[in-house]
Amino acid sequence: MTDKALTLKRKFAETRFKIYGLASLFLAMVMLVVIISSMTYRSIPAFTNYGINLEIKLANEFIDKDDLDYRGIIRETIFSLDSECDDRKCRRSFSKLFSSGAAYDLRDALEEDESLYEKNFNFYILFSDDADLFYKFGIDKNLPENERRLNDQEILWLEGFQEKGLVEKKFSSNLFTNGDSREPEIAGVLGAVIGSMYTILITLIISFPIGVLAAIYLESFASKNRITDFIEVNINNLAAVPSIVFGLLGLALFINFFGMPRSAPLVGGCVLSLMTLPVIIIATRASLQSVPPSIREAALAMGASEMQVVFQHILPAALPGILTGTIIGLARAFGESAPLLLIGMVAFVVDIPQSVMDPATALPVQVYIWADSPERAFVAKTSAATLVLIFLLIIINLAAVILRKKYELKW
Amino acid sequence: MKKSLKTIIVGFSFAVISLFAVNIQAEEQIRIVGSSTVFPFSTAVAEEFGRTTKYKTPIVESTGSGGGMKLFCAGMGPEHPDITNASRRIKSKEYKKCTKAGIKIVEVKVGYDGIVLANSKKGEVFNLTTRDIYLGLAEKVPANEDGSKLQDNPYKTWQDVNPSLPNIKIEVLGPPPTSGTRDAFVELAMDKGAKSFPALKELRGSSKAGKSEFKKIARTVREDGAFIEAGENDNLIVQKLDSNPNAIGIFGYSFLDQNSDKLQGANVNGVSPEFEKILSGDYAISRSLYFYIKKNHIRMKPSIVQFAKEFTSGSSMGTDGYLVDKGLIPLPRDEYKKVKSNTKNLVELEL
Repeated sequence: MTDKALTLKRKFAETRFKIYGLASLFLAMVMLVVIISSMTYRSIPAFTNYGINLEIKLANEFIDKDDLDYRGIIRETIFSLDSECDDRKCRRSFSKLFSSGAAYDLRDALEEDESLYEKNFNFYILFSDDADLFYKFGIDKNLPENERRLNDQEILWLEGFQEKGLVEKKFSSNLFTNGDSREPEIAGVLGAVIGSMYTILITLIISFPIGVLAAIYLESFASKNRITDFIEVNINNLAAVPSIVFGLLGLALFINFFGMPRSAPLVGGCVLSLMTLPVIIIATRASLQSVPPSIREAALAMGASEMQVVFQHILPAALPGILTGTIIGLARAFGESAPLLLIGMVAFVVDIPQSVMDPATALPVQVYIWADSPERAFVAKTSAATLVLIFLLIIINLAAVILRKKYELKW
Repeated sequence: MKKSLKTIIVGFSFAVISLFAVNIQAEEQIRIVGSSTVFPFSTAVAEEFGRTTKYKTPIVESTGSGGGMKLFCAGMGPEHPDITNASRRIKSKEYKKCTKAGIKIVEVKVGYDGIVLANSKKGEVFNLTTRDIYLGLAEKVPANEDGSKLQDNPYKTWQDVNPSLPNIKIEVLGPPPTSGTRDAFVELAMDKGAKSFPALKELRGSSKAGKSEFKKIARTVREDGAFIEAGENDNLIVQKLDSNPNAIGIFGYSFLDQNSDKLQGANVNGVSPEFEKILSGDYAISRSLYFYIKKNHIRMKPSIVQFAKEFTSGSSMGTDGYLVDKGLIPLPRDEYKKVKSNTKNLVELEL
């Protein structure tokens, strides 16, 4: 083969390689776009809610503020829409169209604005999930009545509301301001988001200092012998252990031995920090190693002590790498649900946690619980919760990029 | 550089302090563990309870019936749960463990749950017998009429199993062995099917070893791809059925109820899985749901009594209650009355 042919061959190989690389990049991008867009598409119905604006008549009525039957008021208001519906069966089926959360919304509204007690005012009453889905997707009326979620009469009512122009579509703020609920139209992710935040904060507080200090010691102070080798191998092994194992350890150690409360973010954070520690140690050691030895030698030559060298020269230079490693470890912990199962964080928690000791759940767990709920409206909610999770993960990873850019040093 | 390090450290300690500064004292709160089948009902009651009373909303964990019992019987005190849900009755082994720990139990039967075999509305309705289910899904099936000889399951289509069934490949999506739904399904459907063979029935009655041999034959599900373990998530099964009209799925009645516009339940022994028929007990594959109260904890958390009252009230568990909207098959009138009075008087369970 001539020289020219060889050069051509090599050039061809290079182009081929570039095409392969581009193709795999393209494939990865396509998958990402498909996942995100299908999630977004499926979550769209979860961001809105249909409701009805009705006048609540409290004026001219005797009201005992301490013992007000909110449910009764809502009931009276909605039954005014169809006065012919007065037997028990009809009323039951009629009130099924409205959210059971309406009474609590009313309670909150009245508590917020005392002046409402004395007047008639317009109040937005949410529809229940079945009625809401009817307005969003319609219903196949050709099916036999007992195979539909709504019977003929109920569909007639709902169509009637629409004709009268009473139905209004609003942004579903419940999704972001409420804790979990069994009623899809009331359920929200706030409880899970706060639970996740607390958990991650605890993880950060425990694993960051311990991980960084351990890595510094191993890297700069520990003598190289069999014991440190053994420790090193074990840290690397620990990073590859399936996360559920840490859950088992957490159950035995933190809950059964130390007596910490079940389902608390404190325990969740402790368990996840066990999982994150090896990741942080490995990342920290790698970035400490990447600091050029000339820096160390220069500092030593100027008479700095070992500790001064590490804390005043090497650590600041390695900081961007350490922070990136830590944040990536935390992002992994953020999306973890398996170890939380064993310590009781896979739970139905309605109240928003107020501290790290309160029972809480985490976002990935919320996704799992909703995905497993029979009500169809939860399908959209599941996608919406997933989007929130992805969004928070993007923010965390963005923080890693920004920190790295800000503190990065070029040698 | 040094400054940024300091800021991080300061911010850090600030975060630590602020986290623990808020109320560390946790208020008493009912803790519930147990079955994932009872979970939707238990959580609905918990939410209602939290809203209508001055007490905090109970925490409900979904641990599975067996896991719940284990936690429940582990001991007494604030670190142990107050109530456990179960999609089967407490076993005598579990009961013994509980009593050994000094735990006094109150049993509350909540209602029934039917396990349905359903397929997409695009396909035709299946008319199965428990015998067909056994023959279609077991690993080992009888090679001859009376069942004295066994063979590896040779059936590929439902027509092979029973000539009156459609000529469709056997493809069943069901829960994994860890699930309570699977336990109940093999026990209620496959056992009955296997018992229809005289030799197997005889084997079951012959001795203790024979009985466990029978269980092994009847309850081992084939692993050649005809039965697909679809995970604990029933919603996933529902979605898969929608896209594959030939497949049959196994799940709880509440999922059929919520998706009755897309799915149709197969008739089992000539009975369709309808609300009234599960309620009357005509439908073959149905089981009871329970929850168990730790009586010793009532002194520590008096709200347990209120919670039990809410659960057993007519507006939740009764024939018109909100749990029925969630897919629960309520107890018949007489049984309901008995359960309600037993719960009110906190009658201890004795096995």
